This record gives sequence, C-alpha cells and structure tokens, in this order.
Amino acid sequence: MALSDYSFVNLATVREDLLAKKYSATDLVEFFLQKIEREDKYNAFLEVFSNSSLAAAKALDQKITSGVSLGELAGAIIGIKDNLCYKNHKVGASSKILNGFQSLFTATAVQKLIDQDSIIIGRLNCDEFAMGSSNENSAYGAVRNPIDPSLVPGGSSGGSAASVAAGLCMASLGSDTGGSIRQPASFTGLVGLKPTYGRISRYGLIAFASSFDQIGPFTKTVQDSELLYRVMAGRDAMDSTSAKQPVHQKKAEKKHFTFAYYNEVIDSPGLHPKTKALFLEKIEALKRAGHEVISTSFPYLDQLVPCYYVLTTAEASSNLGRYDGVHYGARSEASADIPSTYFNSRTEGFGQEVKRRIMLGTFVLSAGYYDAYYSKGQKVRRLIKDATDQILAKADFLISPTTPHPAFKIGEKANDPIALYLEDIFTVQANLAGNPAISVPMGTTDEGLPLGFQILGKSFDEETLFAAASLV
Amino acid sequence: MEITDNLIEKLADLSRLNFDGDERTKMKGDLHKMIAFIDTLNTVNTDGVEPLIYMTTEPLELRKDEVGEELSQAEALINAPSKDSDYFKVPKVLDK
Repeated sequence: MALSDYSFVNLATVREDLLAKKYSATDLVEFFLQKIEREDKYNAFLEVFSNSSLAAAKALDQKITSGVSLGELAGAIIGIKDNLCYKNHKVGASSKILNGFQSLFTATAVQKLIDQDSIIIGRLNCDEFAMGSSNENSAYGAVRNPIDPSLVPGGSSGGSAASVAAGLCMASLGSDTGGSIRQPASFTGLVGLKPTYGRISRYGLIAFASSFDQIGPFTKTVQDSELLYRVMAGRDAMDSTSAKQPVHQKKAEKKHFTFAYYNEVIDSPGLHPKTKALFLEKIEALKRAGHEVISTSFPYLDQLVPCYYVLTTAEASSNLGRYDGVHYGARSEASADIPSTYFNSRTEGFGQEVKRRIMLGTFVLSAGYYDAYYSKGQKVRRLIKDATDQILAKADFLISPTTPHPAFKIGEKANDPIALYLEDIFTVQANLAGNPAISVPMGTTDEGLPLGFQILGKSFDEETLFAAASLV
Repeated sequence: MEITDNLIEKLADLSRLNFDGDERTKMKGDLHKMIAFIDTLNTVNTDGVEPLIYMTTEPLELRKDEVGEELSQAEALINAPSKDSDYFKVPKVLDK
C-alpha cells in the first residue's frame, strides 16, 4: 500500500500506527523519499540516503511481522546535519574541503537513534563547518526558508530546520555552538534544543569549537524533543567530555516556576516590535498561570558575542588545522610540494567565512596577543558563567526571545559579518556557560513569520526545562 | 588596532592560507572590524579571575592504555586524496 496522503502527528503515534499495521515502515520511507524528490525547493537535503533508508525500513517491517519488540523511535524518519558521521555515507560539513569524504564510523548520537529503530533519511545542508547564522555560507548554496523562500532559514543548521518545517522528515539533528539549533528553529516555527554541555556525546560530530558544540534535535513538538533527547543523552566512552551523571528518565513534576528576564532586552531598540509584544504577552500569561516572573540585569550583555567569537574562533583555528589535503578530503591539483599542498588545498577548499574565522582565531592565539584576547576571553567566560549561575540561584529559568527579530532576506546581511554575528546575542550565553536552552514557537509577526521564545535552564536538568517548555 | 600587511602575512602563514590582491584587502578590512568588535572585552575588569578552560565539572580520567577498536589500514586509506596500496601519497619532497 502506498501512502498518498500522510500527515505526521508525533513520533509516538508513528510507532503505534506501525504496531497497528496502519501502514508499513517501507510505506513511510517511500512516502518521504517521494516527497523530498518532489518538494525540496529549499536546498535542504544535500543527499538522500534512498538505499540505506529503504533497507532499514524493510528490516523494521520484518521485525514487526515477526513480533519482535520495537524501539522507542520505530518508524521515525530523521534527517541529519551534514556534520554528523554515519558509517559508509558521505559527510562534508557543507565544505568543498571534504568533498567526497565518506564516514568510517557512526556518531554515537546517530547510532542511538538507529538502535531505537529510527530511519536516517539523508544529510542536510548547513553553513560550512557550522559557521554562520543564515545558512548562506554553504559550499552547496544557501538554504531557503519554507515559510517564505525569499528568507533565510537561520543557521548554521538551516537544512535541519527547513526539512522539518517543510514536512520532508519528522525530526532532524543539528548542532549548536552559539545558537545554531535554536535560531533556525525560531525562524521556522519549530522546537529546537541545545542540551547541557557534555550531556550528548560529540563523538562523530565534525568539530567546530569543542568546548561549545552540542548535538540536539529539531522537532514539531516539545514531547518529540524530549523523546529524542532521552534516547541520545548519556555517557559515552568515546567522548571524554561526556558527563557521567545519570540521565533522569522521569518527567519533571509540574510545579510553579520562577522565570527571570533581562530589563535591558525589553528596552533594546534592536528588538522587533512584535517580538517585544509577544514576549511581554508570554510573561503576562506565565504570571496569570501562577508563575513568578522577575526582572534582572546582566552586566556582560555587550561582552557575550565578542567573548563567544574570541573563544570559538580560537578553537576553530586549531580544530580545522587537520584539513591538510594529505590524509583525507580534497587536495589542490596545483600543488608541487608539501607546503603548497597545505596552502593551496586549504585556500581552495575553505569558504570565505571559514577563512575569516581561522584568521581571527589564529590572531587571538598568536604570540603577543594570546593574553590580551584568548586568556582574557576565558576569564570573561568565567564571569559570564558565574553571573548566569547567580541568576539561576534565584530563578528556575532565564527567558528571552530566541532572536531579536524574525527571519531576514537572503543576502540582506551577507556583506556585514558583525551584523550577522549580533544575530547570536540571546543564544550564545547558553553555550558560554554550558547550560541547556530550548526555543519554542511564541507566535508570528503580522506577515506570518515565526518568532521563538527561549528558556535557559540549570545544567543537567533538561527534564524541568521540558516541563517549562510545555507550559509555553 | 592597525592591521598591517605584515600581520596579515604572518597570520596567513600560520593558518596555511593564501590571500592575494582583492582578497587580502578584504581580509584586512574584515579583521580590522572583527578585532575592534572583540576589543570590548577589555572594558571588563578580570583582575584575580581564573580563566575558564574546561567546561566539564567532573574530573577527566585517563583511559587505560589498551589497544581498542581502530581503523584498519585499508579503512584509513579510503578517503586519501592520493594513495597506493599501503601509503598516503604526497607530491615529491626531494629532487633527484
């Protein structure tokens, strides 16, 4: 039976429908493969894994027929950002320098999804090496926003957002170094989670800034976000920075929460009027529901994004040193010796934004500037973390709009890196301090463009974060 | 701060990147803007503050020095841009 008209509700329903034999996993995969083929006008998918997804569906259908118990994610059709490894499949971080590269192993987060019987349908476009806030920095072209294709979907996980928003898969994985899940989720009307640093293994995630990067899900609902999070979370011997403390399996008991927000944010002239209005409405709704909402201030608002750029570019310049045109990836044809192999392969292989960040990172790490910028950045990071902890000592959550305004036009900010960097003003704090944060839809502008509401919670307490996200 | 040609040259060399002509001029302008942007960190007093280096609160443990799952030689060569049966190949290093 071919599915002609399927509409996705949530992941738990898919599993139930498979068990009730309303349709088969093969029906589902065929439906989504055809839908991607027909409807991906957004440049979201870089590659569709037709063969392996159909094979996985067939295996799952056999399990159902033989009555073997099914995993929690049975039938979940999931796309993965092009910086997550999946054995025997290509991965490229949307960069020419990894053109043709094939994964030799599977990322732990992806493997955990597969172990629960989900099906990986393809790899999704992103900003090159996850560097960007608009998905205009991909070597394979910009991604378009399904809400309005003249707009960016946000970045860097733009393909992950666009694919779910357009209904081309049920959920997707992205990575978040400074907002790369939450900002595109906000721009496309989805739920996007950045878990606590160390909660999900980074093994098999192509590194951008190792002390900031986290993998997380894009979903239609908070419930699906929680389900995917629980499956992926936990210690992994292959990532020494993954946390040992156990993942809570229970839902948090609902209670009355205290939410804090920054005065300065509300009064910022850069805030879109509708963003401000909707955010204030949410605050009133929380108060009416019996929650406490307190205003506070943050002494380092102006330093958040600069601190983020000093430290992430330093880590990137080091992490990207491995691309040398010798062991894997693309090598320049023009090279006559070893040094020119390095120089030419990197010059031809990296895009402009990646080069800018490597150069800035090399600058802040170089002799003579290390103390003034890199060490200084690490000290400011401690102050930011301590100040964040202090706020969370008197409130359960810190809330803000996810972004100052809705999705912007493709090309609008392409020539001004600083304007684009300031896109990250509300999202980078969670990565600098390590806390979990989630973006949930809070309404739309008069033109129908989605806006997101961000909740930042205490480290390793995603359960309570999900409880709060369900309220909003 | 002023971004000199010398500084661009030095950073490009450390980064193993080439910038020629217009690209060099553009990178100079971009770096100037970005460094002015991160200079705002210097308005914060960090006297006596320890740098935050590791984000993990748990102590990191050394793993046992045991041979584990590793890539086979054949697997390691799958993605090589140039290889023969056993080795990565690079352009000639020594002239005859």
